[in-house]
Amino acid sequence: MTFRDIAPIVVLIALLAFVPAFITANTVLNFLVFTLIIALAAQGWNILGGFGGQFSFGHAAFFGTGAYAAALLQVSLGINPWIAFAIGTVAGAAVGWVIGYLSFRSGLRGSYFALVTLAFAEVLRILANAATFTGGAAGVLIKLDVRPGNFQFESRGTFFWIALALVGSVLLLTRWIERSRFGAQLVAVRENEAAAKALGVDTLRVKLGAITVSGAVTAAAGGLYAQYFLYVDANIAYGTWISVEAILAPIVGGLGTVFGPLVGAVALHGLSEITKLAAGSVPGIDLMVFGGLLVAAVAFAPAGILGLLRRSARSRGAARHA
Amino acid sequence: MLEVQNATKRFGGLVAVNRASLKAEAGSITGLIGPNGAGKTTLFTLISGFEKPSEGRVLFEGQDISRDEPHVRARRGIARTFQIVQPFAGLSVLENIAVGAHLRHAKRSDALARAERVGQRVGLGPELDKPASSLTVAGRKRLELARALATEPKLLLLDEVLAGLNPSEIRDIIPVIRTIRDEGVTILMIEHVMQAVMNLCEQVYVLAQGRIIAEGPPADVCDDPKVIEAYLGAGAAERLKRENVHA
Repeated sequence: MTFRDIAPIVVLIALLAFVPAFITANTVLNFLVFTLIIALAAQGWNILGGFGGQFSFGHAAFFGTGAYAAALLQVSLGINPWIAFAIGTVAGAAVGWVIGYLSFRSGLRGSYFALVTLAFAEVLRILANAATFTGGAAGVLIKLDVRPGNFQFESRGTFFWIALALVGSVLLLTRWIERSRFGAQLVAVRENEAAAKALGVDTLRVKLGAITVSGAVTAAAGGLYAQYFLYVDANIAYGTWISVEAILAPIVGGLGTVFGPLVGAVALHGLSEITKLAAGSVPGIDLMVFGGLLVAAVAFAPAGILGLLRRSARSRGAARHA
Repeated sequence: MLEVQNATKRFGGLVAVNRASLKAEAGSITGLIGPNGAGKTTLFTLISGFEKPSEGRVLFEGQDISRDEPHVRARRGIARTFQIVQPFAGLSVLENIAVGAHLRHAKRSDALARAERVGQRVGLGPELDKPASSLTVAGRKRLELARALATEPKLLLLDEVLAGLNPSEIRDIIPVIRTIRDEGVTILMIEHVMQAVMNLCEQVYVLAQGRIIAEGPPADVCDDPKVIEAYLGAGAAERLKRENVHA
């Protein structure tokens, strides 16, 4: 990676780090932290789906594992929440590896892979809802104990910085993937698996690597969610909603790009939040805007918002040359 | 370098390759010809590892590789091109070749530098930054060749790299293939363009209905009555000879 690869990421994160200095309203910070958590989950999805072309419909499996691990380890076993968070991230990687091993080894691709991941997430949701050690349908409540050593903070701004730091780290990680042999091979698998094999790419290993990293990142989002809202139940942690969120943000922002998931998450949630504020009296209007934006993105910007920007920059450049 | 011993491949009741044996000597260009549907490409998939033989063995540098996966064979030094071109459509020409170059070069910059050199060499120099999807048929064939070469193979399997090219494009690419051999890469090629086979190959195998029916230098093989009949039907060799006598 060169300085030019990293500079835009560092500048963006540094600028965003000033946000809590200007915005102190809790509702806005709430919204921003939530959007960053979604962005993080989507970044995880993007590594496997955007770069690797393996469309998972079940990233809730990782999000939920991260969330439950973070919550249960501290509530039931009294482990420090920071360590619980780290273990949750590793657990997400492990679940990713297992799902990947089972499905990629048997050659599942495309819609079959999507269905299997969806099934895994649903099975985990049902199990978490039924088991006693997960608190069943009542969920897990993390005791309020505001201490930095306890991963709980007085101000929401601190949480914003932690979420931002995680999103920034994954931006750097994604950039590294983009510029590495692993990334080149991953994209080759997405574009044409047979051709990749013929060129010596161990496609199984590459896909397993991608789903493991992907699982870890999305699990970190889940752990952060649990720590922020201090509550987890099966429908939140393993619910389909987060699988869908993790897919939509990269699609709207730009599949297989470094900034796509963040741009998509901000665009989708920003717009629906603004409509909620502007037309609060009409129930469900924000969801209609959300859906409308998605339809528009798929119809007019198949490469996402970033693809649209790049295309218009190129045509402006071409006009200048003419 | 490469030896196929009595390879058989069955797909259900269909015997696509039937006890076929062939050898490619190090540093040679060997041709594999035969009518459509003879099993040439299937035999190639057995050598490159995309299919495993039902019976028989594939030896590379004296070692049995019959059960190795395709990427393992690529690491050993076997590269193939696809008859139906398989570009990474969403990537640039240079990035396409770099995927091949990454096999021996872990660093991105090394792989890109290597890819650029290979691209220049097969005549894709001006196209390197274009998307692979914008290439013409001739360009895509060159890209197949470039990607395979970028893996720095010892044995190159060319599956009809000349099909679909016009005569002047064929004339351009034949010397490229010859230089690749001169630099020490053994080549096994499936080809229908006889001009190229006569021009390039030292040894030719003829496959018909899954069996090797003839082998030898190209000129001899073309006169072999069995070969003529495989292409033109029973009795054709006899009739051609009669007509030649009358002429």
